Amino acid sequence: MSLVRFLNVAKEYQRGGVALSHASFQLHKGEFAYLTGPSGSGKSTILKLIYMEERPTAGDVWVSGISTREASKKEVSMIRRHLGIVFQDFRLLEDRTAEANIAFALEVTGTPTDMIRPRVARVLTQVGLASKGTSYPRELSGGEQQRIAIARALVNDPYVLIADEPTGNLDERATRGIFQLLRDINTAGTAVIMATHNLELIRRTEYRTIELNHGRVVFDSVETPPAEKPIEAIAPDQHDETPI
Amino acid sequence: MMALREAFASFRRAPLLSALGVITIAFSLFAFGLFGLVAVNIRDALQSIEDRVEIRAFIADGTPVEASSAAMGDIHAFPEVLSVTYVSQDDALVRARKELGEFSDVFEPGVLPASLDVKLKPGYRDPTTVMAVANRIKSYDFVDDVRYGEDWVAKLYRLRTIATLVGTGLGLAFAAVAVIIIGATIRIMVMARAEEIAIMRLVGATNGFIRMPFVLEGFIQGVMGGLLALGLTWATSTAISHSFMRTAFFDPTLATLGVVGGALIGLFGSTFAVGRQLRRL
Ligand SMILES: Nc1ncnc2c1ncn2[C@@H]1O[C@H](COP(=O)(O)OP(=O)(O)OP(=O)(O)O)[C@@H](O)[C@H]1O
Ligand SMILES: [Mg+2]
Repeated sequence: MSLVRFLNVAKEYQRGGVALSHASFQLHKGEFAYLTGPSGSGKSTILKLIYMEERPTAGDVWVSGISTREASKKEVSMIRRHLGIVFQDFRLLEDRTAEANIAFALEVTGTPTDMIRPRVARVLTQVGLASKGTSYPRELSGGEQQRIAIARALVNDPYVLIADEPTGNLDERATRGIFQLLRDINTAGTAVIMATHNLELIRRTEYRTIELNHGRVVFDSVETPPAEKPIEAIAPDQHDETPI
Repeated sequence: MMALREAFASFRRAPLLSALGVITIAFSLFAFGLFGLVAVNIRDALQSIEDRVEIRAFIADGTPVEASSAAMGDIHAFPEVLSVTYVSQDDALVRARKELGEFSDVFEPGVLPASLDVKLKPGYRDPTTVMAVANRIKSYDFVDDVRYGEDWVAKLYRLRTIATLVGTGLGLAFAAVAVIIIGATIRIMVMARAEEIAIMRLVGATNGFIRMPFVLEGFIQGVMGGLLALGLTWATSTAISHSFMRTAFFDPTLATLGVVGGALIGLFGSTFAVGRQLRRL
């Protein structure tokens, strides 16, 4: 099923003009997609529309079958519990440990206390930082901080991980590490959509790439002829025309 | 649980503002309390006076008994009237002598007029009603003069009204200030936690959950302010009792109501402020 579906979406900011127009694409369960394009082309806008920070001006966005146009505040909260979101600037709370930062996402969504510890331990291991749980963000490298942020995004078992230039603040080595981690997460079954400037690393990628320019989708490797299609995106989803 | 922890954390983060919030709520309720106390005590005083409120209609000399007893029947039928007693000249003399003790012999028989003593039903003993009934009785030809309630009952009533108005006015003014200060406190708390709130929203915490600690904090401030006001009012009342005159204090229901009032001011102030601040983030 399609987790995310854009149909003729336009977004016009009140101050700032048209950021997106006629955008249509779908992201399926377990899929991985890079979102590329020059600065200001609308990458962050697309991601914000997915996590409902913004609502479309025209067209519609469905996330796990729910139209974000009509979703109530409460529904938005409930949908976000199934999204993992990661940013360039990590957004960790400086006054608490890595573990506490991850646990925070569970605490504020009403997870029973006894379920929190094991889940935090599991995602810490998943991002390769099992030994750094008691460190404070300032005691961690940028790459490690981003891993903690990713762990926090994963702890609610999201359908899809949304990453907005997660390596923007990292050096080459850390960047490769994060790319690898996100692909591993995808291999484990979570869909990933990631905005990035790092063309170097995705130039010869076998993963789906959606390219934006001036708010339009100018290239989507899923839409290109079969020969060039990435393996995991071949299966068409005709039954998916209507949102669930 | 977490909300409670966060609510108390605010007291640590901005102790001065939090204390100010508590104190203004306390002042607000203290103002209500003091004037409420005055009102309660005046009410008690009035109650005992009202029990004695009588209209005395003096009957002109030489009025035939039939005329006055017919009037008695009429007056008794007034809806406000509890009882009517005929006091003859002789009865009046006996009463005057008893009341005046050693000066009793100044009265000669026949000097004091006979009268009709009228008692009103409870609920009809306020100055306006008393005056209205007195005027109606006065309209009988044989009634020379009517005496009733006197000015000081009216004065007490006026005092009670003034106390109530001043108390309510001052209390409301302080309550408004309290709401503003709580608003300012919450504003600072929300700012201090802006990052946290942003993350809470991203991971899907509901609005209600995000508001909870702030609303709870206002509530706690309100309860603390209410208790402080209760203590202040009680101390004042005790001090007056010791040095001046015995004063009545609020009954438990009214005291509880005061604390509940504080909690409501706190809740209102914080709910209002948190809604506004969260919308800004
Ligand atoms: N909140 C906003 N208000 C007004 N205009 C905005 C807002 N957010 C984005 N824009 C505008 O919308 C356009 C697309 O912005 P967006 O952030 O989606 O680009 P981007 O592809 O993420 O860029 P970058 O690679 O620099 O992050 C830009 O022209 C930007 O100025
Ligand atoms: Mg961006």
